[in-house]
Amino acid sequence: MAAPVIQIENLNLHYGAFHALKNVNLAIGAREITALIGPSGCGKSTLLRCLNRMNDLVPGCRIEGAVRFEEKDLYARGVDVCGLRKRIGMVFQRPNPFPLSVFENVAFGLRVSGLTDRASVNAVVERSLRGAWLWDYVKDKLGAPALELPLDQQQRLCVARVLAVEPEVILMDEPCSALDPISTAKIEELMLELRAAYTIVIVTHNMQQASRISDRSAFMLMGEMIEAGGTLGLFTKPTDKRTEDYITGRFG
Amino acid sequence: MRIPPKASQAIAVALLGGATLLTLAVLVFVIVFVLGKGLPVINWAFLLDVPREMGKAGGIFPTIVGTLVLPLVAIAIALPMGVGTAVYLTEYTRPGRVTSVIRFGTDCLAGIPSIIFGLFGYIFFVTILRMGWCILSGALTLAIMVLPTIIRTAEEAIKAVPNSYREVSYSLGATRWETVLKAVLPNALPGIVTGVMLSVGRCIGETAAVIFTAGTALRLPDSLFDSARTMAVHFYILAREGISNENAYGTAAVLVISVLIVNSVSYWMMHKFISGRSA
Repeated sequence: MAAPVIQIENLNLHYGAFHALKNVNLAIGAREITALIGPSGCGKSTLLRCLNRMNDLVPGCRIEGAVRFEEKDLYARGVDVCGLRKRIGMVFQRPNPFPLSVFENVAFGLRVSGLTDRASVNAVVERSLRGAWLWDYVKDKLGAPALELPLDQQQRLCVARVLAVEPEVILMDEPCSALDPISTAKIEELMLELRAAYTIVIVTHNMQQASRISDRSAFMLMGEMIEAGGTLGLFTKPTDKRTEDYITGRFG
Repeated sequence: MRIPPKASQAIAVALLGGATLLTLAVLVFVIVFVLGKGLPVINWAFLLDVPREMGKAGGIFPTIVGTLVLPLVAIAIALPMGVGTAVYLTEYTRPGRVTSVIRFGTDCLAGIPSIIFGLFGYIFFVTILRMGWCILSGALTLAIMVLPTIIRTAEEAIKAVPNSYREVSYSLGATRWETVLKAVLPNALPGIVTGVMLSVGRCIGETAAVIFTAGTALRLPDSLFDSARTMAVHFYILAREGISNENAYGTAAVLVISVLIVNSVSYWMMHKFISGRSA
């Protein structure tokens, strides 16, 4: 495993009375793809959303333990949450571009950061679209409404929108669940390409996907981290009976 | 005895269609009636001349100006307050006792007859603050009157903005305020504009609250501290005092036409805005 960039330590999360994450520990290696797998409701998306503090927006959500990003606890007092979210970006389950043009979608994060210089905005937008393998498709229709793009291009646009704020880590919450197999393959290829420069954490229901693209996998069940390790090892020689039952399709 | 399904279907279509037709017929009748009586009076002199002999002769130019300025100032005051309140209630607070009290308050405000607002404006702005009968007193009063409409429509529009827009915005590192400004309000704009249109309509048609606060001066106002008369008030006085039924209908016709123009233009603008933003 590569040197860990994020370390989750004894993380407990409650939604009101519901104990959603139970004493979770996990290390996420730099420039690797880590897949969080497990059945619906096991807490994998919740865990993902702890990494960029999106759970802060959920009323009644309580978090104990630590998430260390480059040694510093994200949940310590005085952490600049907005700055943090620029360093740890997120791609959501459903492609969710704003009802704006292709260009303005990618530029959104820059506008928020107050970058107004037209030439630099143009440069960043082009670089981000290239990074998401979308430039060749949209370079002639940057002004077109983003919602007119096909779904997989919309999802890649969402990736480009994240790339534009120059994150170090990209969190992906089932990024392919709304896409057909061909579009899924394109996004997976893109993820493997992005791995060279970014740390990626992906939540997926799809075990083939996890085995195809991830370097490390972590299996969760009912809020607990059951097993984590190299993807090949986890899928061929799981140490825990429950992991084996899940990956062989006995439940889930 | 049961009515056979086919018959009940036919009866339903007849009743629903009849109700629609009746509504439409009333609308057409009112417009045709007002325009029929009023249009013959309207010419450039009527539109651009000042009234003479209390409005018996001459035109209605100052009242057109009054009708334009009063709602404009009222909306300019009410819009930021109303949208600000709506943003606060929806984005900055969680539903609880305080917000429900505020909502209850605005709902009560919405149910109060306009004459009460007029009385309040007269006592507070005109008398206590010694602003006298003037456009500003009238506009402030109208602003308070339409505030509930603007708050509620803006609130509904903001609530209707998909939560995923907020999530994306936060996930890109935007603060709450940036999210409101760049992700929420632009997408709530059509709803907010609808509220503004409703409010403009109420301001243009208002008489009671305006007479008490902006006065009824027929002179062309020089500033916001001058008294002014709107077309609705002018119509009311011409008809009530029996000065000139002809000119009253002329005024009414201009009023109806301007409301139509205002509505058409705003819907056109809104449509253009929406189609410019999304697919």
